[in-house]
Amino acid sequence: MRIGSAKESYIADEALFATRTQWVWFALLLASLVLFPFVSNLYWLYLACLVSINVISATGLNILTGFTGQVSLGHAAFMGVGAYTVAWLDNNAQTPFYLNLLAAAGVTTAVGLVAGLPSLRVKGLYLAIATIAASFILQFVFINWESVTRGTRGINIEPPEIMGIVLDNPDTFYWMVVPIMVVMVLLAANLFRTRVGRAFIAIRDRDISASVLGISLPAYKLMSFAIASFYAGIAGGLYAYFMGSINPESFPLLMSIFFLAAIIVGGMGTILGGILGAIFMTLTPEVLRYGVDLASPFIDEPGAVLSPVRTIVFGALIVGFLLFEPHGLAEIWRRIRRFFHLWPFRT
Amino acid sequence: MSVLELEGISLGFGGVQALSGVDLAVEEGTITAVIGPNGAGKTSLFNVISGFYRPQQGRVLLEGRNLTRLRPPRRASLGLGRTFQNIALFRGMTVLDNVKLGAHVRMRTGVFSAMWYLGAARREEARVREEIEREVFDFLEIDHIRRHPVAALPYGLQKRVELARALAMRPKILMLDEPVAGMNREEKEDMARFILDVKEEWGITVLMVEHDMGMVMDISDRVHVLNFGQVIASGEPAVVQKNPGVIQAYLGSGDVNSLRERLMGESA
Repeated sequence: MRIGSAKESYIADEALFATRTQWVWFALLLASLVLFPFVSNLYWLYLACLVSINVISATGLNILTGFTGQVSLGHAAFMGVGAYTVAWLDNNAQTPFYLNLLAAAGVTTAVGLVAGLPSLRVKGLYLAIATIAASFILQFVFINWESVTRGTRGINIEPPEIMGIVLDNPDTFYWMVVPIMVVMVLLAANLFRTRVGRAFIAIRDRDISASVLGISLPAYKLMSFAIASFYAGIAGGLYAYFMGSINPESFPLLMSIFFLAAIIVGGMGTILGGILGAIFMTLTPEVLRYGVDLASPFIDEPGAVLSPVRTIVFGALIVGFLLFEPHGLAEIWRRIRRFFHLWPFRT
Repeated sequence: MSVLELEGISLGFGGVQALSGVDLAVEEGTITAVIGPNGAGKTSLFNVISGFYRPQQGRVLLEGRNLTRLRPPRRASLGLGRTFQNIALFRGMTVLDNVKLGAHVRMRTGVFSAMWYLGAARREEARVREEIEREVFDFLEIDHIRRHPVAALPYGLQKRVELARALAMRPKILMLDEPVAGMNREEKEDMARFILDVKEEWGITVLMVEHDMGMVMDISDRVHVLNFGQVIASGEPAVVQKNPGVIQAYLGSGDVNSLRERLMGESA
């Protein structure tokens, strides 16, 4: 139940976690993130790292598509730009990994700004097509700019190193990627407490009103593209380090659709939605694989039958969300919270 | 002194001349109404002033400054506030966030300080929040719904939130496009009172388009009548009301009396 939440100052009322209960939950979440590596095996740590990278990327796309209303299907290609920046620096410069990551974010932001230019003229589906074009152009660059990307042969990346510790395994990589993920998510959450984030939502909800309130649509749309690309750049750079090698096939259009699906399933326009969506989209196939492994002793030729079933179930789950929970997983969470606000006095 | 001046505004869409040579001045500290039959060009005029349409001829001056070539956001930052005929709130947001957006042009937080939400950004949010609570919410009596999503509010309250959003901007001139359209009598009376207070307490000049003649005549200091894109009469409400050209434009052949006479004539 929510009690004792009376505020004495507006600063307190504007806080990210406004009640003590929320602080307790956040602390519990952080504690479980810290404890997780000690109770888990390499396989789950590997998934946790992948989920973290996807959370960063999905949060970025959510800022652009969920909050600002600019549909982008180029998000994976932007991750690719970040990944290739890290790869090139790793192979050609002796810079430390955090500088490489920042450079990846910077380069991707610049590319995202250019790719966002069509948004000044077109909206909706047309913008989606324009971003697909950007995605194909970047793909073409990845394949053909051989002196930098080594073309289809791909490029290897040495694992990052902090203070003599080589992060070449999920159990060490976890300690780098999870803090970055937490910070990136908090930064995004802060953004929507201020005028910049509100301007993004205003553009999504009613761009004409936004402009009579003094919000410059071109400036804020490009800013949204820049921020989303920054997130994609960080996520792409981490992805390159995590995978150890990348090639043009690592960032297909399908991966952009994966992130779009993640924010739709999770809940567009909520920070929690990007997180839950990325977790769902990354882990569901793995959970289904567990199911398949359990079922396989009872079925002839399990590989031939069950792997398509797994894909179909995954697809059906996504369609089910669109139909029955169009506001996504975040809405389910909100309902649960609302229920407990008044519990146990009224249900 | 005129806050807003329009000089010879002409606007055409293809073959249709929406506005032709409109001259109009809004005196500081007044409530000025623009009235006219449907299709007279009232909303076109508002859109020219806001900057959504660029007139083929003429100038828009705000406190003597030429706005004609500026885009809508720039005009907003110079002190031009407005509401829309069909409520144009941000439906995904709460009342508080909608009204805070009104203060957007008065805030400075950039994207970096926004994301870290440190000192300056935090203080600015708190300052604007306090101003809104003290000045806007208290004045418009909407403090009890600050956390409500706007989409769920009744129509009259939504109109009030839109006014709140425009006031949070602290504009020099506030343009209201049909502020009481679709309201019941009680809501209309509330809104009329708020508009009068905006003039008297806030000292903001009001320019409004309105169809409700009762309200226009009651609260306006000056009335301009638009018909077929031209100003056909200007002056105090009582004077304009008696102008034969205005009666003709408004009632024309649709005049209830003349209609009744014609019908009587036909049946006789």
